[in-house]
Order: sequence, then structure tokens, then C-alpha cells
Amino acid sequence: MLHFVFKRVAMAVPTLLIMAVTVFVLIRLIPGDPAALMLGDLATPASLADLRERLGLDQSLPVQFGIWFGNVLRGDFGISITSSQPVLPLVLDRFWISARVVLIAVLLASLFAVPAGMVAAWRQNSSTDLFLVGLATLLYSIPTFWLGLLLLLFLGLQLNWLPVVGYVSFSEDPGAALLYIVMPVMTLFLHEMGVLIRMSRASTLEVLRLDYITHARAKGLSESAVLWRHAFKNAFGPTWTLIGLVLGNLLGGIAVVETVFTIPGLGRLLVDAIFARDYPVIQGCLLFIAFVYVAVNLVVDLLYPVFDPRVTAE
Amino acid sequence: MTGTTLPAPLLEVENLSLAVTATGTEVVRGVGFAVAPGEIVGIVGESGSGKTLAARSIMALQPPAIRRTAGTIRFEGRDLAGLSAKELRDLRGGRIGMVFQEPMTSLNPSMLIGQQLEEGLAVHRHALSADERRALVLDMLRRVGIADPDGALAAYPHQFSGGMRQRIMLASVMLLQPALLIADEPTTALDAVVQRDVLELMVGLTRAHGTAVLMISHDLSMVARYTDRIIVMRKGEIVEQGRSDELLRAPRHPYTRALLSAMPRRQPARPVPPAATPIIEVRDLVVDYGGRRGLFRRESGKRALHGLSLSIMPREVVALVGGSGSGKTTLGRAIAGLLPPSAGTIRYAGRPIMAGGAGWADYRRNCQMVFQDPYSSLDPRMTIGALVGEALRTVPAMGRREKAERVAEVLSEVGLAGPFADRYPHELSGGQRQRVAIARAVVRRPAFVIADEPVSALDVTVRAQVLELFADLQARHGFSCLFISHDLGVVEQVADRVVVMQDGRIVEQGDRDTVFDHPAHPYTRRLLSAIPALEPAGEGGVRLKWRFDDAAPEPVPS
Repeated sequence: MLHFVFKRVAMAVPTLLIMAVTVFVLIRLIPGDPAALMLGDLATPASLADLRERLGLDQSLPVQFGIWFGNVLRGDFGISITSSQPVLPLVLDRFWISARVVLIAVLLASLFAVPAGMVAAWRQNSSTDLFLVGLATLLYSIPTFWLGLLLLLFLGLQLNWLPVVGYVSFSEDPGAALLYIVMPVMTLFLHEMGVLIRMSRASTLEVLRLDYITHARAKGLSESAVLWRHAFKNAFGPTWTLIGLVLGNLLGGIAVVETVFTIPGLGRLLVDAIFARDYPVIQGCLLFIAFVYVAVNLVVDLLYPVFDPRVTAE
Repeated sequence: MTGTTLPAPLLEVENLSLAVTATGTEVVRGVGFAVAPGEIVGIVGESGSGKTLAARSIMALQPPAIRRTAGTIRFEGRDLAGLSAKELRDLRGGRIGMVFQEPMTSLNPSMLIGQQLEEGLAVHRHALSADERRALVLDMLRRVGIADPDGALAAYPHQFSGGMRQRIMLASVMLLQPALLIADEPTTALDAVVQRDVLELMVGLTRAHGTAVLMISHDLSMVARYTDRIIVMRKGEIVEQGRSDELLRAPRHPYTRALLSAMPRRQPARPVPPAATPIIEVRDLVVDYGGRRGLFRRESGKRALHGLSLSIMPREVVALVGGSGSGKTTLGRAIAGLLPPSAGTIRYAGRPIMAGGAGWADYRRNCQMVFQDPYSSLDPRMTIGALVGEALRTVPAMGRREKAERVAEVLSEVGLAGPFADRYPHELSGGQRQRVAIARAVVRRPAFVIADEPVSALDVTVRAQVLELFADLQARHGFSCLFISHDLGVVEQVADRVVVMQDGRIVEQGDRDTVFDHPAHPYTRRLLSAIPALEPAGEGGVRLKWRFDDAAPEPVPS
């Protein structure tokens, strides 16, 4: 077990290194001079050269990378060019706002989708199955921004049940904060549920075909024991991996949903930083997103042996 | 059936018909048979005979797409059609147990062995405490020959070999002392020796409990050894049933006779013309697996072959036999040049062969392989003609027309003349695909062919045809052959010489008659004791004779 953990953690290190280099190089490939941007109309050749020197932009690329990466390892992601705030606290603040929405949505989606997919598989080709598959297809086919707009229109404007625009932090007013995130959570929940139902159904179908399921029935077990005790753990593996991928994706990029509901999350921060050519913030966001993605999938991998004991053996 | 002396049957199946619900195609038609208490009955048939469906439908465990369209199934006097879901569940496991074919998929990989065994007891024997259940489970594991029953309880299925899993499976079913055990090809996936051990165990345990057995198999000789009666099925219908010994001695139905005559038997020994140099000569061959050097560790490898030596003469068929894990496939792959040897030499026609060395290309042209699984060894996107013709691509001396003629000639030699060349593998049956694989191997007129379990995925009658074809081609073109097989029956039919392997070593080699009639090594005796010898008796019938019964396993402790 320890060996397995160690191997997986070690495998994440090169991924993050490659990611760091890629992020750094990509940013440098984008045309545009941040020093010129920062100084705007006031720029003189002397002040430009001066600022470039202060930002380290006059150094060669490898040296720039060395300095930047060394700072990153110490937790110093630099200072935002536009807001003059340190990047790491900024990224973390915005991340928690996005993460709250994403985690609640994915948790709820998993809780509904996994059993729904299993029941659909168990009753394959019945009307229940057709209904669930149809619902799932509908849900994941609707673009999230449109689903979000529909919710805004009905729940917000027509029925007036929920606040339409804005965000309140939990520390200010927990009740209001909850009301404000209901619709974004619901948007993501509905969309991801569609994806997860399909996966859960497909992997359950695979498992229900196997002999040990027939063996469980031949022992005289009830259908619920067959489904939950024997099929669930084996069928959940692929869905679990997908949940990890979905989480990793969403934690780094729900800019569209954040835009629809005007939530100041990580996705918005990144998009705004790109428009403003705020290099330190872009780098910080991208690197942090990569880190979150790797970390989430690492946790998913480490928990995999819980569902399939054969994994550690190999 | 009016005699009062006959015991009331435990299971009575009358006029049973099953059909595919969607299309209405009947897959089992008007099947009727009975099983008396304590009786062992075999259902024998090839794939598509409906034997498994018929047996599974007894417990209403046929796939959901299959529906019962007619007939009654009576068990212990009760019509099973009238049972409620609860009554059916009490019957399943409690009164009727079932053992499956594939030990790799019939135990739940994510549940501990202990949980899986106790689960049945918990459902059917409510009165037992957890401790009593555990004691029963441990006792049963000991009886099926698990060395460390306590350890097994807390282990997962993947920690056991196929044979051990099948024992555990048997334990989990016999724990509930059912009145009837349905065994669906219980040992087909196992080695001959392990197969025999597990079958002896199964028969011993069921006799001890008075459990009747319905044994489903494609292997008539195996079934005949253990059963009181045999039912022969073909294409969804019963063609013949009767007492096992009578059915073997005097089969009435032509299909039963065809099954019997398809069983491999010894042909008279052929003289192999003497030659100065062997076509293949292996000296002190060592192959190590693994031994990877990773970023953080260094693993020592596992030695798969421990210094083997053997030679194959021109025109000779040498059979390589042994259980799984004995290294026979590794040896075949090493000789084919697919695995680099760690030490030792392999010579082809007197010249040492080395990957990329001189004579390598010539060797690769002259050494061809036939694989076991005809479903995965043919590229599904290539036509039969293209598959066979591909081997000729690197023959510059042959013109396009010449190549086309050769492909057509070889395809007609394997019985696939005419339109077959334009078909795709999925349009062919398993036997036809294996013919294609053979055609692909011989199209270049190789001097040496390695056949790795070429017929073990095939039905009995198809297997006989493919073996006959192989022998014809070998006689006509005179290639030497290394024939790898775990099936000694087949080996006895095709081999000139036999090499027996165990644990990466050759334990015995000699000409076929000597090895089969006077085996020197105890392992060879055990292998041979697992398969019957057939003696012709009467018209189309046979008598089974068992060899070296002294090598049989210990009787089951009761």
C-alpha cells in the first residue's frame, strides 16, 4: 500500500514540472509587452527600460524561469500588475468561492447519478431505463450557460424565488450566501448528473453480465443485495475516475457559469487577467489549476483500491 | 416410468423450450430429462447446443433476453413456475447450488473470500450465529484443500490461482448442502491435472452429502468418467440420453457417434526420415522475465526457463506439454524470436540465430506461428485473402499473379476456396478462422511452424477437422512443428515426440509411445492420469480406460 502511495505521488512531480515550464513558455509566446501595458500612455523609453529591469524582463528566458520557479516554490507567485495584490492569496480567495459551488454540485450529482445509473442498468431496456437515459442525454446536451440563463429567467425573474445577480460571502451572511449559490450549484449539478448517469449505467451493465453476479443470485441473495453488495463496488470504479476528472475540470474552469451568475471565482479571475495581460496572475492561475487537477486525480487514484483491491497488487 | 422401485426424481424437466424474446428464435426445443436424488447426470454438447441455457433456466437464471416459452420444471415435486420471488430465492443456493466455468470471474473481485462464503449461510441459515457460520466456513475450506483457511477468509480472490478459486467456489456452494448442484463446465478453464483434482473433489463432496449433480460439459470423455447418465444435446435439442457406459459403448444417434469419433486418439507412429542436422536446436536456453530497473528501484527478474535443451528434426512434430505456468508458451515465443534469451543458443539448420544477425531474415521467413485464439489473432479489418497474402509481401521473387495463385491454392488446401478470400474474419466461424490462421502460417512454405494451443478454443468436432487438416498439410509440405498444448489427448494424436515441462524445466522427453506408455517422471504420470485412453468397442462405440490411476489425488476428507 505504502509503495503504491509513494509511486503515485512520485509520478505527480514530473507532471507538475512540465506544467510549470509549459505555463511559463506559453505566456512568453503571447504578443504584448506587460511593461508597456502597465505604464500606458505615460511610457517613455527610459521608464520602460527601468520597469523591464525591475520586473526582470530584460533577463534571458531561462534566467527568468529560474527566478520565477524559485519564487513559486517558496509560495511567492508574484504581484498582480493590475491590482498590486500578491497573486497567491488572490488565487486562493477566488478558488474557495469556485470550489464551494463545484464541490457541492459534484457531490449532489454523484449521490443522485450513481444509484440512478445502477437502477437503469439493472432494469435495462425498461421504461425506467429509457426515461433515465433520455433525461441524462438531455441534461448533458444543454450548454451550461443556457441552462444557467433559463434558471435565472424562471427562478429569478419570473418566480422571484432567488436573487438574480451577485455573490455574498459566507462570513458576511450565511443565509444569503446560500441563496446566492443555489442556481450556480443547480446548473452544474444538472449538467454533471447527466454525464455521471451515463457512466454509472454503462459500467454497471458491464458488471451485471459477469458470472459472480449470477453466482450471487444463485446463492439466493435478494436483488438489492446483488446490486448493492456485489455490483456497486465493482461498477463504481470507472464512475469514480470520471468524478475525479469532472472535479478537476470544474475546479479550474467554471468561468462560463461564473460569468452568467457574476460570481467572483477563479475562472473569472483568469479570464479578467488574460484580458488585462496580468502575467503574474495568469501564471499563478494556470499553475494552481494544474496543481488542483493533479491533486484531485491523485486522491482519486489513491482511493481506487478501496473499490478494487486488485489495483494495489499490480 | 410406472415402476414403484424407482425413487421419485429430484428434478423433472418436461418439454422445456426457450426463445430469444426479441426475435422469437427458439434456442432450446422440447427438452425433457430427470435427475434422481444423489445421481450424477451429464449434459454434453458443443457451443450453441443450448446446454447452459437449459441448465440455468432451472433456477430462472437465464439471461434476461431469453424467455421460457413452454414446458414445466419440477423440483422436489413443486412446479418452479408457480414460485414467488421469495420462494425462488430460498431454493437458489439453499436447495440448488451452481458452479460456473470461469474461475477468474465467478468470485467477486472486490469482496473478501470470507464475506462471500458467509453470505450464503446468512441468507439460508438464519439460526446460526456469526461464530458458527465462521466455523462452518473454515471447516469447508479445509475440506476443499485450502492450506490456510483462516488466511483465506481475509484474502481476495485474485490472491488465488484458478484451481484454488474453483475449490473456493465449490466450498461456497457445498456449504449450504444443496440437494442439486449444477456445474456449468466447472473445469474447462483449468489444466488437465488441476481439472482432475477439482472434479474428484466435487464428486467426493457431493457423494458425501448425497447431492445430485447436473454436470454441463463439451467434453464427453471427461463427463463419462464421473456421471451415471449422459444427455447429449445439439442445436437446442436432446439427441440421445442414457446410462453413461451404455451410451459410450453403443451410441445410437449419429451425432453422438460423431462426437465420439472426434475424440483424439493415437495414430500409428510415423517414421521420421533421418537427417544430419536438426532444423531447430536449443541449447541451455534461459529466459528471465521482469528485472526492470525503474527510477527508484531495481527489481530482480523471475526466471521463466532454467536452461532448456531440445532439438527438432526436419519433418518432425514435437509436442510441448505442461500445465499453465510451466513455461511452454515462453519457450515457443523464445524459439520464434519474440523473446530475447538471457543465456543459451537457438540454432536454425545449424546456424545460430540472433535478432538482427546474419540469417535472421531467412529464419523469420521460415518460422511461422499459429496462435490459440482465432478471434484475436486475425485483423478484423482485413479480408481473408489479404490476411493470407500479407505473408508473401516480402517475397520479391514472386510476381503479383503468382502470389494471388499461391493464396488461392493455400486457401483451397485449408478448405476455404472461392468466395472466402473476399470475406472478413467476423463472417467466419471459429474453426474457419483457425483454418485461415493455418493458411497464413503455411503460405510461404515455411520449414518450421510453431502452433501454440491451436485447437483448444475449438469445439470437439471442429477440433478434429482442424487437426486432420493440420496433419494433411504437414505430410504434404513436410514442415517441422513445435506443437504446444495442455491437452494430452490432442498431443497423443499429432506428436512424433513429446517434451514435458514443469516449472520452467523439461522433466521428460522421448518418442510419443514411450512417454505415453512408460512415463518415467511422476509429473508425466499425473498428467496422463487426467485423460482417458479410448478403446474401440462395438459399432462406433468406445470404452474408456484410465491410465496410471495410482497417480490420482487423495480422496476427499469427509
